[in-house]
Amino acid sequence: MMQSGKRASKLHLITAASLEEIDHWVAKYPADRKQGAVMAALRIVQDQNGGWLSNDLMDAVAEYLGMEPIEVYEVATFYSMYERDPVGRHKICICTNISCMLCGSAEIVRHLEERLGIKLGETTEDGRFTLKEVECLGACVDAPMFQIGRNYYAKLTKEKVDEILDALD
Amino acid sequence: MVNIEINGIPIQARDGAMVIEAADEAGIVIPRFCYHKKLSIAANCRMCLVDVEKAPKPLPACATPVTDGMVVRTRSEKALDAQKGVMEFLLINHPLDCPICDQGGECELQDLAMGFGKDASRYTEARRVVPEKNLGPLIATDMTRCIHCTRCVRFGREIAGIMELGATGRGEHTEIGTYVERTVNSEMSGNVIDLCPVGALTSRPYRYTGRPWENRQSVSIAPHDCVGSNIYIETRRGRLMRVLPQENEAINETWISDRDRFSYTAVQGEARLARPMIKQGEDWKEVDWHTALEYAVEGIRRVREQAGSEQIGALVSPSSTLEELYLAQKLLRALGSDNIDHRLRQTDFRDQDLAPVAPLLGSTLAELEARDAVLLIGSFTRKDQPLAAHRLRKAAVRGAAIMSVSSLAYDFNFDLAAEIVAAPAGMVNELAGIASALLELSGGEAPEGLASLLAPLAISEAHRDIAARLREAEQGSVLLGVQALGQAELSELRALAGVIARESGASLGYLPDGANAVGAWLAGAVPHRRPGGDETGGRDVDNMINDGLRACLLLGVEPEFDTAQPARALATVEAADFVVVMNPFVSETMKTYADVLLPVATWAETAGTYVNVEGAWQRFTAAMEPLGEARPAWKVLRVLGNLFELDGFEQTSTDEVHDEAREAIGEVTPATDSAWRLPAARTVAGEGLQRIAFLPIYGVDGLVRRAAALQATADAPPAAMYLNGALAAELGLSDGESAVARQDNNAVTLPVIIDEGVPDGCVLIPQAIKGVEMLASATGRVSVERA
Ligand code: SF4
Ligand code: FES
Ligand code: FES
Repeated sequence: MMQSGKRASKLHLITAASLEEIDHWVAKYPADRKQGAVMAALRIVQDQNGGWLSNDLMDAVAEYLGMEPIEVYEVATFYSMYERDPVGRHKICICTNISCMLCGSAEIVRHLEERLGIKLGETTEDGRFTLKEVECLGACVDAPMFQIGRNYYAKLTKEKVDEILDALD
Repeated sequence: MVNIEINGIPIQARDGAMVIEAADEAGIVIPRFCYHKKLSIAANCRMCLVDVEKAPKPLPACATPVTDGMVVRTRSEKALDAQKGVMEFLLINHPLDCPICDQGGECELQDLAMGFGKDASRYTEARRVVPEKNLGPLIATDMTRCIHCTRCVRFGREIAGIMELGATGRGEHTEIGTYVERTVNSEMSGNVIDLCPVGALTSRPYRYTGRPWENRQSVSIAPHDCVGSNIYIETRRGRLMRVLPQENEAINETWISDRDRFSYTAVQGEARLARPMIKQGEDWKEVDWHTALEYAVEGIRRVREQAGSEQIGALVSPSSTLEELYLAQKLLRALGSDNIDHRLRQTDFRDQDLAPVAPLLGSTLAELEARDAVLLIGSFTRKDQPLAAHRLRKAAVRGAAIMSVSSLAYDFNFDLAAEIVAAPAGMVNELAGIASALLELSGGEAPEGLASLLAPLAISEAHRDIAARLREAEQGSVLLGVQALGQAELSELRALAGVIARESGASLGYLPDGANAVGAWLAGAVPHRRPGGDETGGRDVDNMINDGLRACLLLGVEPEFDTAQPARALATVEAADFVVVMNPFVSETMKTYADVLLPVATWAETAGTYVNVEGAWQRFTAAMEPLGEARPAWKVLRVLGNLFELDGFEQTSTDEVHDEAREAIGEVTPATDSAWRLPAARTVAGEGLQRIAFLPIYGVDGLVRRAAALQATADAPPAAMYLNGALAAELGLSDGESAVARQDNNAVTLPVIIDEGVPDGCVLIPQAIKGVEMLASATGRVSVERA
């Protein structure tokens, strides 16, 4: 352990493009409240990193926003949209909350599990798909539904699910 | 003030106070878990729900401000219903493992469950289990017991200043921990053990060793730094069980440092010297006290007759009690020698005649917190005096400018307003720059010779910045710390600090090492002053070490760790004809130089007085009998006086010694100003890099050095040399490689650690740890080469 307070920096883990994007969010907060941008910053570096956050990346965000690493871990573990383990190229977030459940989400889940050969919370061996159970995504009118990447897919049926998945690389 | 009524009792409460504060002041008990008067309000446990008239639902007393005419009921049906409901929820996931929980008997949850809990749970679903966290050697965890009050989290963020624990996850999955496995490294971390209302965080060294109701509590003073934190020592059947803080708002508030909390483990350690011993030829023999003392007196007498009194000297620990120090100097002086010194880590004595009567802070600790600007000179306050650093931190958080000039980019637990990192010798230039900048601002007259300390450097922007901030401050302090006091440039630093303080209107003060440096100065444990400060003339520690002694008394001192010149000091005691060691501990090294080993009590086993850095005299009594045949050092010194047939050694209690010392010291008025004198030039001898001899927090005295739990923390550094990357490259060294450090004719091989916080031209080698005791001096030059 070193005797001084000079710690090795992890900032280089954040790309210049990501930094620029983070700065856009930092600018929205008063100068002494930079940490307000933590959620945006985590999202940006998660995207940069193929959809998940490593401890080092979270440390880098902490360093950039002048926070303690544990404060960033608190945020990253609180919200389910942050992944702390590698995920597949396509993250299927399937809602199993009340409306979707009443409209048959259980069947969709079963179908997905069978088709992909994985359980909820797992990733296919080829790294293409991750299946994740989530709470209400606010699209109850079109239940059952799931989200892949930035897109919502609603009124799901087994056939529709197959169609959607077939179209993905 | 507003008028409110709680349970029918009319109460006057401060404007803006919370109901719980008003109730506490009036002695009305409201149950609580998350509320703590020293922490921010979280209001997340809901145990403090009370019934407030006109409010439709019960309100949390800790987060409800008082308003005029408010009527509160803490025990109405509505209130009790709410409190019982909260308790039922809290107990859902709390394990019923009180019989094996260390918190049992002093658990807030256990106590409140007695009052508000049911005897059976209605909950039949699955309970949560939380895996244990490894937080290091001081804090044990049983996280399933955690009730998520977040006191420990808020402590880290708000008090310790480094947030290490957090609440990760969400809802039922919330866990308190560090998330990535790491130890908790705050030097005040042990306080979370007291804060945790349940048994989730408990003391690791104390684990499974006792029950609180079996312990006897004595009031005492912490023995490791000049703050003098108030503590309780708990014993059971003559064994020291643990140390806890005692609240004293003026000194340590409700906290203590880990050093003060966990050093006790050494009191019963294996290294204790249990019986007096004398050296017979090459062998050590256990003897009775009388034989040992006669032998000691005999040996010293012989030297005195052959070589004269000036060949007798005493090195005494600055953490000895006032009574011990007073009697030690009295004994020495009665034998005709002024050679006594407690300034073991000091190396520059050129200006000791100008030194103040004692190294006082120049303000109270509480006032430190209200300072607008503080300039720390060679002070790593955070580890040197953690509770003083806590005051500085509070000032910094309030917006005060805390600034530092030192030889290491130190990891303070608050933001510095300005920082200058320079080689030890270079610090003189820096202070001269700040002093000159101040003189420019004030238009004052530069003291004679000041310019010669500044040349060839000019006044920099950093100097002007620090000068301006100090001058603007209504209340400022300039403080010389442990590093500065050990430096070869102390005279220059002190003179310049005096000018800076005078020109900026700040007070000048000290943060010395040891628990009783102030007491030691007052009691006359210095060669040039008697108790109370009358001048006399003896040999200082540097002179004793370098010019040698024929007879030497070591009180609580291990020369290889406790002095600034370990190898030289060791050579001196080895060469001496007769060495008397008074120490609670024994080591193999001691046996190589000592002639008599006298087991003395630790601070826990004797009564005495520590004078803290504010000048507060704090007395304490013995918490327990000394181990084995050890005796309090004051008694040993007194009997030595008797055996030498000296007058004035008839005291029968510490009270008598205390009163006598107090009278001899008299009323001292500390000078508020320091005189300017350009110190005589002194060049740093030798070749090579300047050594920075960092004093690690757990190396300061024999007790902490033997406290196993503390030695297992990250704050106990391995023997190594730290230098910056550029210098390492220049020397052809890389991180982790071994290199040889050489001083005089002594060399040690140490691993290299690259640390960018070390200034150019310097190598940081910690002192007071194993593996560096063969280096000649904590100051001066070291040559470094590849191994
Ligand atoms: S560990 Fe103790 S102090 Fe920390 S949140 Fe849990 S119950 Fe509170
Ligand atoms: S319940 Fe599925 S989107 Fe609302
Ligand atoms: S003490 Fe008031 S909510 Fe916890």
